[in-house]
Amino acid sequence: MIRYRGWKQWLLVLAVLHGTIAAAGFLAPYDPTEQDREHPYLPPMKLHLVDSQGHFHFRPFFYALHPRDGSLDQFEESSGQVQPLGFLVSGRPYRLLGLVPSRLHLFGAQTSKIYLLGSDAYGRDQLSRILYGGQISLLAGLLGAGLTLCFGVLIGATAGYYGGWRDGLLMRLAELFVALPWLYLLLALRAFLPLSVRPVQAFFLIVLVIGAVGWARPARLVRGVVLSAKERDFVRAARGFGATDGYLLRRHILPETSSVILTQAAILVPQFVLAEMTLSFLGLGVPEPTPSWGSLLASLEQYSVLVSYWWMYLPALAIVPFFLGYLGLASALQQEISVEKIEGKTGGDVW
Amino acid sequence: MRYFLRRLIQAAFLLTGVSILTFLFSTLAPGNYFDEMRLNPQISPETVAALRAQYQLDQPLPLRYGRWVNSVLHGEMGFSFAYNSPVRPLLWTRARNTLLLTLSATLIAWALALPLGVLSAATRGRLPDRSLSWATAAALVIPDLVFALALLILAVRSGWFPTGGIVSVGFESLSPIQKFLDLASHMALPVLALVFSALPALLRHVRAAVREVLDAPFLRAAASHGIPRRILLYRYALRAAANPLISLFGFSIGALLSGSLLVEVVMSWPGLGPLLLESILARDLYVVIGGVLFSTIFLVAGNFLADIFIYWADPRIRTGKAAR
Repeated sequence: MIRYRGWKQWLLVLAVLHGTIAAAGFLAPYDPTEQDREHPYLPPMKLHLVDSQGHFHFRPFFYALHPRDGSLDQFEESSGQVQPLGFLVSGRPYRLLGLVPSRLHLFGAQTSKIYLLGSDAYGRDQLSRILYGGQISLLAGLLGAGLTLCFGVLIGATAGYYGGWRDGLLMRLAELFVALPWLYLLLALRAFLPLSVRPVQAFFLIVLVIGAVGWARPARLVRGVVLSAKERDFVRAARGFGATDGYLLRRHILPETSSVILTQAAILVPQFVLAEMTLSFLGLGVPEPTPSWGSLLASLEQYSVLVSYWWMYLPALAIVPFFLGYLGLASALQQEISVEKIEGKTGGDVW
Repeated sequence: MRYFLRRLIQAAFLLTGVSILTFLFSTLAPGNYFDEMRLNPQISPETVAALRAQYQLDQPLPLRYGRWVNSVLHGEMGFSFAYNSPVRPLLWTRARNTLLLTLSATLIAWALALPLGVLSAATRGRLPDRSLSWATAAALVIPDLVFALALLILAVRSGWFPTGGIVSVGFESLSPIQKFLDLASHMALPVLALVFSALPALLRHVRAAVREVLDAPFLRAAASHGIPRRILLYRYALRAAANPLISLFGFSIGALLSGSLLVEVVMSWPGLGPLLLESILARDLYVVIGGVLFSTIFLVAGNFLADIFIYWADPRIRTGKAAR
């Protein structure tokens, strides 16, 4: 088995990754919806330090691209004019984290536009779109996971604590949700919600749909923990002293479930990010021009894009480090918990 | 026999539950197929209302559900507005294609997961185990959407595999062997993508289950009696570890169905996935419900198969003294 180092390291990795996406406004040179109709499907530009005459520059620079003679989609560098890269330049205004207004960008170019990861059909900067798209996808995953865990804890605690017919009913329903293929369920739910809505509404619809699909697993796990916790001596003692149900749950029982919930969160977030990507990829997510990792990939459904413009695939790779981080975190948490020897099943297997 | 009867009743409850659930969702839907027509000035509101009445969309939910159940029992499963035909024949050809894909992928994934998992458990901590667990971790990190798209790009660029569709043009004129090869080459990519998405999780479960058994006293005794390793692993250990794995087999079909939906859309395989997507966008109500129900039927069938296997593999269930 691979040895997973402590969960704190993984948390740090994830914090850096999420921080990168959160700072999209600063890191991205352009606005994700800013079009440049003159330059569709430009390939990624290379940064140089040595120019065509062999001179060394301390400041990295690039060459603007122009179509090769007699070709429409083959580009070459116009090596005549050096385009220096500017750092901490002033550009398009944006709001950092949606709050702090700023015009400062990490890098930019003055005379010619720079496309480090190429441009799409409308000449929009792919790098900026990937960074901003990550905000939508990750936020949907995080909020969806939060929502699903809330449902899961509520339902699991009700079923486990009160038992009886509530337990029977809720757990049958949970079995139904666990059994169904989740993508079919996701699509069926999405099918019966409005199709063409504004981006913000669409975003919350998706969060709602994703959050409503996954509650069954955490609910079953929470129920198991609550079942064993409510028979513990200190809980019985507290009940004997006349503690109310609400107090018992809040003070004594739900804290016991925290490790299960944390592990489930680490498992669910990447799954839900992927769910958002899938919905957007299928055209049921946040509509254009707002980017999300899924809708960025949707252009690959065109044959010509698939054949000619490999950089359109790059958004797919953006999710891989996040998956790695969450997988590591979930495994480390599970090991931590098994070391703590908490009774009963805690997280199940990762995926 | 009572065991199977109980399972059948559970399956019936599941199917009823799913159908009621999807119907309930459908009432939440803020639009229907005929809304598009309302925007068309050439179609009068009366016509739209008449159409709605004709398809009984204006009637209360319980009544519509009753009618739908009735049409299911008559083998129609409602009516597709877009295709202007009953839903079942429409879904049937698509479901066959999905089944072809999912079944092949399930078989291949399990055929790989069992020996690799046993190998990994048997060489615990040594090179084969370590490299396999690295490989599964790497595979878990790559989402199936990303992998399927990468495969598609590879296929398009190299031209090794046909992309999209289930058979080539002129399939009918081929000889049986050519037909098989043509079908196989079309299936190769989607099946590969599905196997990739299912294999890592299966491998981990097989490894965990077998490893748990390997520590059991009866296996140590058998090993010290000098029973060959091969027989020890495959005849004794695997059989003892079979129970949770067979239940997993039922679940793996559900996971593969979800994966299949996405892979079908990406690789333009004419299965349930693209049809479902299309009917969602067109608000073709009964096709959506039928599609979800078909996927549930596959799932139920898979779990039933798993139940039969367990019945055969676990004598405790046969004698009615199941541990669980």
